[in-house]
Amino acid sequence: MSYRTTNSISSAGLALALFCFTGAVQADPLAEAAGEYRIEPSSHIGFRVEKVGRGYLAGDFSKFRGNFRIDGHDVGRSNVDFVVMPASVRTGEARMENFLRSDALFDVDAYPEIVFRSTSVRQTGPDSAIIEGDLTAHGRTNKAAFVATVGQRSGRDISFHVQGSISRSDYGMDAGQSIYSNQVEFDMQLQGSRG
Amino acid sequence: MLRNRDTSYGLVAITIHWTIAALFVGQMLLGLAPRWTHSMALQFTLIQWHKSFGFLILALAALRLAWALLNKWPRRPVAIERGEWLAAKTVQGSLYALMLVVPLTGWALVSTSTLDVPSFAFNMVVIPDLPMARSEATEDFWRVTHQWLAYATAVIATGHMLAALRHEFWLGDGVLKRMWPARRDERSGDQTKRRHTAARR
Repeated sequence: MSYRTTNSISSAGLALALFCFTGAVQADPLAEAAGEYRIEPSSHIGFRVEKVGRGYLAGDFSKFRGNFRIDGHDVGRSNVDFVVMPASVRTGEARMENFLRSDALFDVDAYPEIVFRSTSVRQTGPDSAIIEGDLTAHGRTNKAAFVATVGQRSGRDISFHVQGSISRSDYGMDAGQSIYSNQVEFDMQLQGSRG
Repeated sequence: MLRNRDTSYGLVAITIHWTIAALFVGQMLLGLAPRWTHSMALQFTLIQWHKSFGFLILALAALRLAWALLNKWPRRPVAIERGEWLAAKTVQGSLYALMLVVPLTGWALVSTSTLDVPSFAFNMVVIPDLPMARSEATEDFWRVTHQWLAYATAVIATGHMLAALRHEFWLGDGVLKRMWPARRDERSGDQTKRRHTAARR
């Protein structure tokens, strides 16, 4: 064969191989991950609030439930439903936990659940998305947005690192604002398992 | 008028004295009030105010002590016996000490508390914690100490106040007036002499 023919066959072959390869990589993860997931109790729902001067008040919630659905064809059609029990707050200091549960903050007797229902999911990168939705806490509902990044995937399990910041005054929980920041930073590890 | 004289205190000492006295009464109320409400939000607010005024009293007490060390002290009035004078100075000295120690024990209380709530005086100045280890036991110790020293101060201050009122209304010897801004025409002269003159008339 002439030099030119060999070259064009090689180029075509290379192009075909690339097409197949990238095509396979793009279609594979989302379709594979598609399904209904239950949020496992092994998830970590952490938060922290900055304190004036120095440091943070940090803790997590030990009781929650929820599920999320990943749409195999269109990530934007995925959704999340998540409920946290604010009475399950843990900070390592019982008096602080009691204070948070009281009507000074969460008022768990009147409002035993914090509910998040997603209204949209927007993919922002190969592994990340912004999840927007309605957050209901302390009797008020506001729009909230969280950034989710895929963690590990194996078989029926998938994990997400989810972060977001909420203004507690939007929910009428503004006690101690001069000392404890109005912004509550959420840092969560959601473990989902399907099937 | 600002500085102390042989026969009376100056305006600086007088102002700090009555300011601390008023703040102390307020602090006793703020310290006890959290027990009178079930609202945890209100308790939190009351305690932050209590801490703010506590640091203010500490600053004023330190100022008062520094002023006392740099100024002359009014002399023993002729009308007061040496024994009574010694008793008065002991009580007053105790109050100087307590005015410093009580807020310091409060500072130790928040510094050792496992609650780790920052001290933000009047939402203006962050007061760092004292370098002390946090534990429930240590916090309890400082809370009890702070409380009982506060009660002791209240008792001693009440005695101090009753004694002053006795001098003013029962004995009429002008001693209380030494800790009160004088009117312009009374600025000079021994006020005890003036009082006796008035009584004799």
